[in-house]
Amino acid sequence: MLEIKNLKKKYDNDYVLKDISFKVEKGDIISIIGPSGCGKTTLLRCLNFLNDSDQGQLIFDEETYDMANINKKEINEIRKKTGFVFQNYNLFLNKTALQNVTEGLIIARKMAKEEAIKIGEEMLNKVGLLDRKDYYPSQLSGGQQQRIAIARALALNPEIIYFDEPTSALDPELIGEVLEVIRQLALEKRTMIIVSHEMHFVKNISTKVIFMEDGLIVEEGGPEDIFDNPKEKRTKEFLESYRR
Amino acid sequence: MSLNKCLEIFLKYWPSFLLGIKTTLFVSLIGTIIGLLIGLLVGGLRAINVDDNSSKLKKFLKKIFNLISTLYIEIFRGTPMMVQAVFIYYLVYTNIIPWDKVVAAIFVISINTGAYMSEIVRSGIQAVDVGQKEASRALGVSNIDTMLHVILPQAIKNAFPAIGNEFIVNIKDSSVLMIISITELMFQSNSIAGTTYRFSETYFVTACIYLLMTSIASFILHKIEKSLSHTTTSLPQSDTNFSSISLAKEENS
Repeated sequence: MLEIKNLKKKYDNDYVLKDISFKVEKGDIISIIGPSGCGKTTLLRCLNFLNDSDQGQLIFDEETYDMANINKKEINEIRKKTGFVFQNYNLFLNKTALQNVTEGLIIARKMAKEEAIKIGEEMLNKVGLLDRKDYYPSQLSGGQQQRIAIARALALNPEIIYFDEPTSALDPELIGEVLEVIRQLALEKRTMIIVSHEMHFVKNISTKVIFMEDGLIVEEGGPEDIFDNPKEKRTKEFLESYRR
Repeated sequence: MSLNKCLEIFLKYWPSFLLGIKTTLFVSLIGTIIGLLIGLLVGGLRAINVDDNSSKLKKFLKKIFNLISTLYIEIFRGTPMMVQAVFIYYLVYTNIIPWDKVVAAIFVISINTGAYMSEIVRSGIQAVDVGQKEASRALGVSNIDTMLHVILPQAIKNAFPAIGNEFIVNIKDSSVLMIISITELMFQSNSIAGTTYRFSETYFVTACIYLLMTSIASFILHKIEKSLSHTTTSLPQSDTNFSSISLAKEENS
């Protein structure tokens, strides 16, 4: 359903994404791992056009887009089909949990308020925070905020959800609750792309793992292939550093 | 100077003082509100970044706007309001239309405050975390709606102390508008002092009234500021068991 061809992105004169191509099928849960600064987050942000790209093709549901020369209308088309969960949640600080979840429905989708609230409450219930619906982000823990951010993305019923290091900003004891929500989404057969440093989680949840380094995909395959029998030397070294 | 005399003057001339208070509060409040609206418009537009893939026309318009707004801000922040008041009042009066003095006063305060507000609003907008905008854009919310529903409410909240401060400044600085002889407090005080020949006593009363007005104003502003911040009603807490996460359980059980 989603395919990326020859994506390139540079900051000044340094290529942070050198030539990235991969495919996502419906129901895939693709994890992107790799050392810090290898371009994982940039890749995810390019997919949603939060960063612009210098070259590349994006094929979404048989529709082909030129990533370097895309107009606002096309960007909005793609964003309607995608959800994005940020590393530091980025909940709207001036809105309650429920308002955060309904914002996209009411303002972007022009949905009637009652209907949006119904969906919003349903989503908050899904992530187990319905009783916190009138709380502001500042009154919630990081884990709760991230779960609401996931509910916010889910509310628009996207075809694919991008997770940009969803647990990196969390205290260790709060990581579990967020991973649990993502695990439940996996059971629902949601299509997801996850950038994460939680290797154990990645191994358990993914249908496919991509190992990136220096703006290139070094190796990709099923979680067992990558974690138990990595072919590339660099993949081995990287995973070793996590076992220690 | 005797306090007895002060009291005497106040008791005798309080209707004149009251008229002065009314006019002062009226022009400074309306002027601050219109100034804020100017600031929201000018500061909001100044804070918008045109990105690389915007059209040439947009980039050109933005450049022109930046130039004009910078000129406006520099001129009105860089000259005394008293000079602005006489210049604008007489310029319009003799060349365009013999306008009402109070209207002129409000016009001058508004446009002067607008210059300061533009910078307050712009910096308030730029202080909002860029992640807020990204999250909104990622939900498919348009640029304008993101500004109206996400960025501006937070920017105004951040900038509220500075915005309120402009009101207090205006209560005091509207005194320079006596130069175009509107019946604000300073003008009234001058008349009273001229009648009684008790200068220090009269202006002592005037000073007390100004202090009272600004104190009450800052008390009210403080209350509003407090109500704008969502104070924590209970400590953040996290759920340690996941039983509340009911997601997809029905489908998969």
